[in-house]
Amino acid sequence: MTASSKFRTILRAGALGLALCVGPAAAQDESPAEAPAISEIHDPATLLAALPDAGYADKQAIAEQLVQSAGAQAGPALRALLEGRLYSDANQRVVVVDGEGEGETVALRDPLSGAALGSAASAALTKIGSNNKLRKALKGLLARLDLADADPDKRLAAVNEALRNLDAPAIAALRARRDAETDSKVRDAIDVGLAVADLASDSADTRLAAVQRLSGELSPDVYNALQSLVADDGSGKRREPDERVLMAADAAIHRIDNQRALYGGVETLFFGLSLGSVLVLSAIGLAITFGVMGVINMAHGELMMLGAYTAYVMQQLMPQHITAATLLAIPMAFIVAGAAGIAIERGIVRFLYGRPLETLLATFGLSLVLQQLVRSVFSPLNRSVSTPEFMSGSLVINDALSLTWNRLYIVFFMLLVFLALQLVLKRTSLGLKVRAVSQNRAMARAMGVRSEWIDAATFGLGSGVAGVAGVALSQLTNVGPNLGQSYIIDSFMVVVFGGVGSLWGTLISGMSLGVVSKLLEPHTGAVMAKILVLVFLILFIQRRPRGLFPQKGRAAEG
Amino acid sequence: MRGSKRQYLGRRSSQPKVDIANNIILYVEDVSVSFDGFKALNKLNLYIEVGELRCIIGPNGAGKTTMMDVITGKTRPDSGSAWFGQTIDLLTLSEPAIAQAGIGRKFQKPTVFPNHTVFENLELAMAGTRSPWKLLRARLTPSQIDKIDDVLATIGLRERRDAIAGSLSHGQKQWLEIGMLLMQDPQLLLVDEPVAGMTPQETERTAQLLTSLAGTRSVVVVEHDMDFVRSIARTVTVLHEGSVLAEGSIDQVQANPRVVEVYLGE
Amino acid sequence: MNHSLLRLLWAERGSRAFYIVLLLAAVFVPLLNLGVADGSALHVPTYTVALLGKYMCYALLAIAVDLVWGYCGILSLGHTAFFALGGYAMGMYLMRQIGARGVYGDALLPDFMVFLNWKELPWFWHGMDMFWFAMLMMLFVPGLLAYAFGWFAFRSRVTGVYLSIITQALTYALLLAFFRNEMGFGGNNGLTDFKDLLGFDLQSSGVRIALFLASAIALGLAYAACRAVIASRLGRVIEAVRDAESRARFIGYRVENVKLWVWVFSALLAAVAGALYVPQVGIINPSEFAPINAIEIVVWVAVGGRGTLYGAALGALLVNYAKTYFTAALPEVWLFALGGLFVGVTLFLPKGIVGLIAQWQTRLTKAASLKEASA
Repeated sequence: MTASSKFRTILRAGALGLALCVGPAAAQDESPAEAPAISEIHDPATLLAALPDAGYADKQAIAEQLVQSAGAQAGPALRALLEGRLYSDANQRVVVVDGEGEGETVALRDPLSGAALGSAASAALTKIGSNNKLRKALKGLLARLDLADADPDKRLAAVNEALRNLDAPAIAALRARRDAETDSKVRDAIDVGLAVADLASDSADTRLAAVQRLSGELSPDVYNALQSLVADDGSGKRREPDERVLMAADAAIHRIDNQRALYGGVETLFFGLSLGSVLVLSAIGLAITFGVMGVINMAHGELMMLGAYTAYVMQQLMPQHITAATLLAIPMAFIVAGAAGIAIERGIVRFLYGRPLETLLATFGLSLVLQQLVRSVFSPLNRSVSTPEFMSGSLVINDALSLTWNRLYIVFFMLLVFLALQLVLKRTSLGLKVRAVSQNRAMARAMGVRSEWIDAATFGLGSGVAGVAGVALSQLTNVGPNLGQSYIIDSFMVVVFGGVGSLWGTLISGMSLGVVSKLLEPHTGAVMAKILVLVFLILFIQRRPRGLFPQKGRAAEG
Repeated sequence: MRGSKRQYLGRRSSQPKVDIANNIILYVEDVSVSFDGFKALNKLNLYIEVGELRCIIGPNGAGKTTMMDVITGKTRPDSGSAWFGQTIDLLTLSEPAIAQAGIGRKFQKPTVFPNHTVFENLELAMAGTRSPWKLLRARLTPSQIDKIDDVLATIGLRERRDAIAGSLSHGQKQWLEIGMLLMQDPQLLLVDEPVAGMTPQETERTAQLLTSLAGTRSVVVVEHDMDFVRSIARTVTVLHEGSVLAEGSIDQVQANPRVVEVYLGE
Repeated sequence: MNHSLLRLLWAERGSRAFYIVLLLAAVFVPLLNLGVADGSALHVPTYTVALLGKYMCYALLAIAVDLVWGYCGILSLGHTAFFALGGYAMGMYLMRQIGARGVYGDALLPDFMVFLNWKELPWFWHGMDMFWFAMLMMLFVPGLLAYAFGWFAFRSRVTGVYLSIITQALTYALLLAFFRNEMGFGGNNGLTDFKDLLGFDLQSSGVRIALFLASAIALGLAYAACRAVIASRLGRVIEAVRDAESRARFIGYRVENVKLWVWVFSALLAAVAGALYVPQVGIINPSEFAPINAIEIVVWVAVGGRGTLYGAALGALLVNYAKTYFTAALPEVWLFALGGLFVGVTLFLPKGIVGLIAQWQTRLTKAASLKEASA
């Protein structure tokens, strides 16, 4: 202990940074000679107290000894060391810093008992450092500790951690745990780990059994282990000497490859569906204004942009409640974009009914004005819209397949919007009147429908939906003045491809275009895929000008 | 244009000749058309003789206009066949090809080219040059101008020769469209409600014109005005729900109890 | 050309005004540039000559669009594609002319190819060093694209807004394609740093004036050609197709052939405009394909007055002058102004400025005749 105190003096005297550099080297030189061997110390508190002045190698030894003597109780201390929250304080106590206190002070806790130790000025604390090698060792140790944890999820995570760095102690720990393990999932994971370990066995039979056990496992660690088994050893021969094992391993790799390809396909399909959902969302408002009313609204993209900026503004207003702000933005965007739509219909579009080309020009002009408007009000730069917590991260299905939540939610959201629209059009009196006016305006008027009001409401509905789509887009792409422009051509193509006037057509066309794009992308690259889809659409529309699901009947003959 | 007349004749002769060996110019057999389940035509059979003037009557929705659409290539039937003479299968031809083969059509709602003069409307309808490159160099020969002036006289629009067609009255537009039909020089004329919106005098002149046309050409007239039908028709066909209900002279048809029931009796 | 044709070309007052203004510009702009000393108030700087040359190209493009839109009712949002393709053909020729004077000094490969580590000239760059061949391609490629596209579109009777949208999609697809480096057209940066044309230095004011004159002549010839087409029976058929397409069909016109003819002719005019444009602005890049440009041309035509040709040229001149002014003086106002122009013209000026002038004239003559009658 004299060495320790000597070093403490140095520490006190020297700068902290210097001590961190010099300390370990010096400790390695001197401590083995004077201090008792760490393996002889069994008292956890003593072990812990030795930690601040020990070199990295000794720290590792101390950590291992701590696990030996204190078991699960050592967990918090090791974790704190791993995460850089373990300090020594002015009284030479080793403490865990537990979150922020008032001002410059921090709250302290005892590493072993977890008891609160009051607080201290952060300046008076000295961090107990770690390096990569130590952190790796700590992770292994913690994993071993976690293997005995009461929570099966933690045990599973520990097994997977062990699999990543499968050294002798880890194997031993796994083997020890195997029979005590009650949870079947964890046991399976342990079996996989042991089988990977068995790949290095001297017995060909053991290796064969291991290979057979591993066949079909998707974890990349298993795959790498199998690959290195059959790999060339540099001299043209394969590393595995036994022919049977080789064949089995090749078969196992093949099987894994197939499964991965399958899951890869599922993933591509999912990407396609989520892209398709974006397309449907951006097109569905247009399916109403263009499809049902026959109004060509080139400012449709800018209505989506307004929706996206609504989400941005809501988040700026409620910075503490991002989730609530984003959810509230949905109805707000509907109102904002819907009101803008009604204004457009009353102010411009209604004077141009029956003159589609003029409508196209006027609304395009409007789109320029709206773009410049947000450029002047907000900024020409993109604004960032945060993602609510529940939408971040991903849903892990297995080692080969995980689906990001934001994409999943977009798919659900799109379906929700679609259903809501269907309900509005099919089940409400507004929907009935909208359909009546679109089919036969004169007759609808004769029946007492105020067609002017219905026009405005329909346009407002389509525009509002565009705004809602804009909120969804704000979660996926940059929110900027050009947001609308980049979607307008796609949206029109989706509507025309699906068949003007058919909501179902829009759904199917958007989804299929999304999937086709994503299927093409790996082979052609994203830009080329987009070009190919556009060219396909141009050709398709020329073959079937009325889209996939044309409206039939004499009315459509025009 | 130099040699334009010859070219015009040459073009006509290069067209498939209408073979009228059996003295029948139009065969419509078992034609059915449906829109969204609604049967506009239901196994319709119709034969028009060479030089015949046929009137077609029937209540709204009987399929009269759809029948004309099928003959002129606007609508393709679900089943059945339509032949122009013995050799020309109308169902394989496009609208312009059918028009060039010699079937002219006047629409129910008069459609003329509103921004062209009356003279230009007739010039455009004149049989002959149709390809863009030849149209670019086409000039009217004196004989062609004479022909246009003849037609102008026939349709009584000589004074409105240089008037913009859009400025004509409804009846004048009807006449102009008939004039355009004449310029096309067709073998078979399909005329949809020619006297709607005409004064009694105009109606009478239309009747005279159509009667005079028959003989050299075949004329099919769809009309609601029974007095008009009576004044021109030799044979009348009554359509009902997409097929022929009765056929015969106007008296025979009017005596037919089924016709009375579905149409005249209303 | 016989006398009747001459008379037809000269018949309208607007046409006469067009020819006279064009002629005056062609005579006086070079004179005032070369003949008047630099400091004089009458001196036209070379910069202005190039700017006016650019406007001429725009006017030519506007006439091309007016021919299909004003006379045949096809609202094309694809003419930027033909314009840009013509421009790229000229750009490729100018690029090959640079030769070993590029940054990398490669005698054969343009700089961007050396930069991309390409070893060989792509096949479609061969022969583009010959002026006649490049000019042939300048007409052939856009013409072929227009023909292929039109053949499909008009045969399947894609009309109205649908046609506008797919022409826009076509332009957009080309925009994306030309952004790709792999296409071999310089990707994002396009083609630039041109040195000379037919051996003459592009920066010299003589060449600037020659290009200006070439643009003026092309504009004049194109205008006369369009007038001749419109005055012919084909022109009457074209307008007939615009007004009553199905009637034209039932009197035996193959509407798709008529449309295809005008469409390809108009595309060729646009390509010529593009080819003249590129040496005067010194660059061609994919942004020329941008859908917004296509729609801007339509606005030039609408502002001037569609279906008159001279209105289109007038609109191109006015809107572009305004654009030059605004983007320099009040850049943030320009899009408001342009957008407002779209809305205002469609709502209040359906016949454009030319229509407005005609309206004033009739009102004046009416007032005059009323005065006469009362006096």
